[in-house]
Amino acid sequence: MSKKEFNLPMVEDHQPVSCCAGEESAHKYGQASEAGWVVGQIETVAGPVHRIATTLGGRDRLGSIKTRWGLGRMSYTIPPGLYGVGNPDHSSPVLVSANYKLSFDSLRRELSGLDLWVLVLDTKGVNVWCAAGKRTFGTEEVVRMVKATRLPELVSHRLLILPQLSAPGVSAFKVRNRCGFKVIFGPVRAADLPAFLKAGNRAEPAMRRTHFGLLDRLVLTPVELSALAKPLAVFTLFLFLLNLFSLLVSGGPVSPAPLIGQTLSDLFPFLVAMLIGAVFVPALLPYIPGRAFSWKGLLLGLIWAATYRGLFDPAAGWLQTASYFLLIPAIAAFLGMNFTGSSTYTSLSGVVKEMKFALPLIITAAALGLIALVAAYFV
Amino acid sequence: MKFRYLNNVVTLKLDQDKCSGCGLCVEVCPQAVYTLNGKVSLITDRDACLECGACAQNCAPGAITVRPGVGCAFAILMDMFNIKSQCCGDACSCSLDNVQD
Repeated sequence: MSKKEFNLPMVEDHQPVSCCAGEESAHKYGQASEAGWVVGQIETVAGPVHRIATTLGGRDRLGSIKTRWGLGRMSYTIPPGLYGVGNPDHSSPVLVSANYKLSFDSLRRELSGLDLWVLVLDTKGVNVWCAAGKRTFGTEEVVRMVKATRLPELVSHRLLILPQLSAPGVSAFKVRNRCGFKVIFGPVRAADLPAFLKAGNRAEPAMRRTHFGLLDRLVLTPVELSALAKPLAVFTLFLFLLNLFSLLVSGGPVSPAPLIGQTLSDLFPFLVAMLIGAVFVPALLPYIPGRAFSWKGLLLGLIWAATYRGLFDPAAGWLQTASYFLLIPAIAAFLGMNFTGSSTYTSLSGVVKEMKFALPLIITAAALGLIALVAAYFV
Repeated sequence: MKFRYLNNVVTLKLDQDKCSGCGLCVEVCPQAVYTLNGKVSLITDRDACLECGACAQNCAPGAITVRPGVGCAFAILMDMFNIKSQCCGDACSCSLDNVQD
């Protein structure tokens, strides 16, 4: 799981539980009762509460895939509020989560066979870790939602289980002072919750660490790729126009098919440079020597520039060669550097330091590379 | 495998005289920066710190200070150009508008 992925549950509309929401949010979020993940109602002293499914349906899976590609990512939300799993009563544990649907899904699918409450905060559709960083998953919001859902009437204990990654936003001792509930930080991953609950709310040290395995990293790359669509289109158009002008200047015949073919072939080395920064650096992160992300991109970029020049374009002139060796590493280094935000272990101070060094170099190399690229068409 | 980022950069500080030994910093840290040494907490792997701020937020006696923030080049870039990006569904980063607590 990356800086971004943990989570939990929700609440509802038409009843007292609705606190936060009211008409405006019912409208904004839609009716949870229509969603496939609501499988009934639980009558409580604080009004009816939706019972949620602990299995994911086709719609949930499709939604995850779309979100991973950046489609509708900022509006993939569920209504904040209180929800139930199984047959919870006054003594059942209360989990707290964010109202990002991806977070919510990854929580509820781990809860089958359990009886508990899930309090979904209004984190503006942002996952637990990021929301904690922004303080939307914060002390204030926890206290507000505890009161709004009338939780003190509903449960006899005074215990909330929060995801560990919400700790940057939630101050346990302040929550206790403000609403009487003791905050326990549960495991980082929802998958460890059943074991955590079974052990009497105790987390093994391993449950307290983020994992950033190959799959965790790869699942984050589609969003990086879809962000590249626009720059890629602009760059392709740029190469097309360069080819067109150079043909016009040289007085050669202009026909569409060879023109497009040449454009795509010119694009290839740079397209691969983008893939290196957006996919290969994340995938090979622990295996590329060095620590700065831009350095990792630079290294792979240089290897690719040399490979391309040597194997695919051995007849390239010096300007062409210069454009490969400047532009490709610059692209790969920049995109590699951008993956810092998706990683689980980079600090603000570290990234600032890396950028101070890398950014001027990247900009200089990119500018010189572009000049060489353009010049190569006309020299 | 424990990933390592740059050394000697983080702003994390612990004043052991103020530490009550509650151990919450050990518990909330996702990077295993702290160890509880008897009745006081100890920073044993400072360079692993990612400055998320969880420890400082949960240190009742205020023994821990850190400039919390998100280590994201894109967010820093947007901030440099004063662009408010709406980020952070999943793979994305947070804007720096509340880096300072």
